[in-house]
Amino acid sequence: MSTPNDTQSAPRRFSRLRSIFQDVPLLGWLTGALAAVLAEQFVGLDLAHLVDIPKIPVLFGFENALKKPELIPGTVLYILLIYLLPVFLVGRLLQLPANRVAGFLARRWPTASIVFHLALLYAVLHIWSDINDYRVIVVKITLIAVMLTLSLNVINGYMGEFSCSHPGFMALGAYAGSVFTIVLFTNSSMYGKALLPPAIGPFLFPVALFVGGCVAAVGALAVAIPSFRTRGDYLAIISLAFTFIVKSLIENLEIVGGPRGMRGQPDWSNLPTVFACTVICVAVINNFVRSTYGLALNAVRDNEMAADAMTVNTQRTKMIAFTFSAFWAGVAGVLFAHVLRYVNPGTFGLQQLAEVLAMMYFGGLNSVYGSIVGAVSINMLSEMLRPLEIWKWIFIPLLLILVMIFRPTGLIAFRDFDPVRLIQPKGKRSS
Amino acid sequence: MTVFLQNLINALQWGSFYALIAIGYSMVYSILMLFNFAHGDIFMTGSYIGFGVATGLIALSAAGVLALPSWLILVLTILITMVLTSFLGMFIERVGYRPLRDAPRASAAISGLMIGIILETGNLILLGAQRVKFPALVEPVTYDLGGVFVTNQKIMIVVVSLSLAFALHQFIRRTKWGMAMRAMAFDYVVVPLMGVPINKIAAMTFALGSGLAAAAGILFGVAYPVLDPYMGIVFGWKAFVAAILGGRGSILGATLAGFILGFIEIFVAMVFPSTLRDFIAYSIILLILVFRPYGLFGEPYSVRLRL
Repeated sequence: MSTPNDTQSAPRRFSRLRSIFQDVPLLGWLTGALAAVLAEQFVGLDLAHLVDIPKIPVLFGFENALKKPELIPGTVLYILLIYLLPVFLVGRLLQLPANRVAGFLARRWPTASIVFHLALLYAVLHIWSDINDYRVIVVKITLIAVMLTLSLNVINGYMGEFSCSHPGFMALGAYAGSVFTIVLFTNSSMYGKALLPPAIGPFLFPVALFVGGCVAAVGALAVAIPSFRTRGDYLAIISLAFTFIVKSLIENLEIVGGPRGMRGQPDWSNLPTVFACTVICVAVINNFVRSTYGLALNAVRDNEMAADAMTVNTQRTKMIAFTFSAFWAGVAGVLFAHVLRYVNPGTFGLQQLAEVLAMMYFGGLNSVYGSIVGAVSINMLSEMLRPLEIWKWIFIPLLLILVMIFRPTGLIAFRDFDPVRLIQPKGKRSS
Repeated sequence: MTVFLQNLINALQWGSFYALIAIGYSMVYSILMLFNFAHGDIFMTGSYIGFGVATGLIALSAAGVLALPSWLILVLTILITMVLTSFLGMFIERVGYRPLRDAPRASAAISGLMIGIILETGNLILLGAQRVKFPALVEPVTYDLGGVFVTNQKIMIVVVSLSLAFALHQFIRRTKWGMAMRAMAFDYVVVPLMGVPINKIAAMTFALGSGLAAAAGILFGVAYPVLDPYMGIVFGWKAFVAAILGGRGSILGATLAGFILGFIEIFVAMVFPSTLRDFIAYSIILLILVFRPYGLFGEPYSVRLRL
């Protein structure tokens, strides 16, 4: 399934640099990143003043570099000192203990090791985004985009259909979850007083996520059932029509605010919640696509008739794939609605569709890894290039076209994502 | 009855935009087995090019450099714009689609979507965000046919689009180039071995499709004289739906389906509140596709579909 590793063809001049850092395990890198964000937290502002930039660069200094060219040297220095130096230095210095710890944990108790890595990752994200609110929003939206892209990959990558229904699923989830939380837990002008005490709301937020996911999954039946008889372009149309229908339906439902949208969702989509949902989503989808169901998806993609002959129940497979994917898109929708605390039907249109398709095909077909990379890179890029204003929408499409031309299946396609292998220590075993 | 007839005429006009755009989708599909998702934005660009050409011609004739009668300005605008937009279509094929000919079809679709975004943004950068007013190429004259009002613009739009579709049909049926196109649609792999220059044919297909989209853009500008850079998105996707509804690669089907989509939209708006238009229109299309999963004139999947 996986393509041959292309690390052998890396240019030789990097091999020296690589050899210094090749034995640093993931744990080491995460510790380095933690050191970097801690450094930014404590000395970031002082250092920024020292190198003559007015405040901490929000997203790796891109906004400075693009808007005020005279700040570039200071920003570069800042990035070097605050991010690159700690990451590489701490990572390299802690190589030995990190390898030991990683090796110990991986041998004794792999689950705890994964949890430990995730906790470190969360700490890095939390401290990094603690600097200002804009970073928090960017991190949340990026994590939600990861969920969306990943769930789209189940249908478009693993099952090989061209489904355009994701904005529809997301809209269903977002509205169902919003109605759930607003009706039950908030005093709103639309639905009157809260039915339950708002204090227990945050504990029932997972229920809202589940409700949103389930509504989207039920909606997915409208696409899944026609997919038994047809596929390819006709399914693309059916799914596109589904998106239009959902959008139009919501616009006409006065009870959820019609075209004006819905506001006042409680602020429960905080960073830990979004992070936890994303982790669960990645874990579940990764296990799903590596299970027999996932293999059945690939079989349906490669040759439906042959798969049928080989006892794959194609109808059941499609049904499961669509509802499963839609469930996660719905969950992402609920989170999205509670991050922005406002939804309107216009959000879930063709723009959203183009965005999520771009992220998925940029990252790579048939690959959990690729979806994560695609969603994170496109999202971050589009935030970092924000100072370019409108020119941003020339550069990002050009980049995508180039990626499509030179790597038609996306950056990291057809690669397995194995968390247990990621956390292994590197290099010579220390014991 | 008069309301019905009045809406019938409106639907004919509305459907002719869809039909002209859908033909472009369908032609590219039948030749290259991919949908040109930039097509809606080619329609938009065509409309803007038409705006430029028309403004230029009107200014020239007002300055007395060229004394052109108004009908000649209209004809010249349509012709020049179609040619210019054809070059744009060929350029897009060369840059965005030819390198991806053997890639998965979805990659080409993404490439097309991105080209569309570039066209929109480029337009926004060049002309700014304010909408532009399409110059009045046809002085509106209204005829009263027993309570049904018909403007000469509507007649012109329907006649021009139908005759363009007919001309294209004749071109594909009767000429050598058309024969090559049909051959390529029939078998993409063997035809190059017979000495048919597939790159030229592909470029020509894009040129023809873009030309038709440009014509649709000008006609749209004549009927609804306010242009904005995002008008191609909705039209493009809806015409895509029409192309699929007509059956993959069937020009007759695309034309008919374009008109059907126009009829559905107008008549739904006549009977129900107009906000329900998309909902009912797409539900009807879903129903049609449930009973005819391969479109009105399409054929079921065969070996020649490259996935």
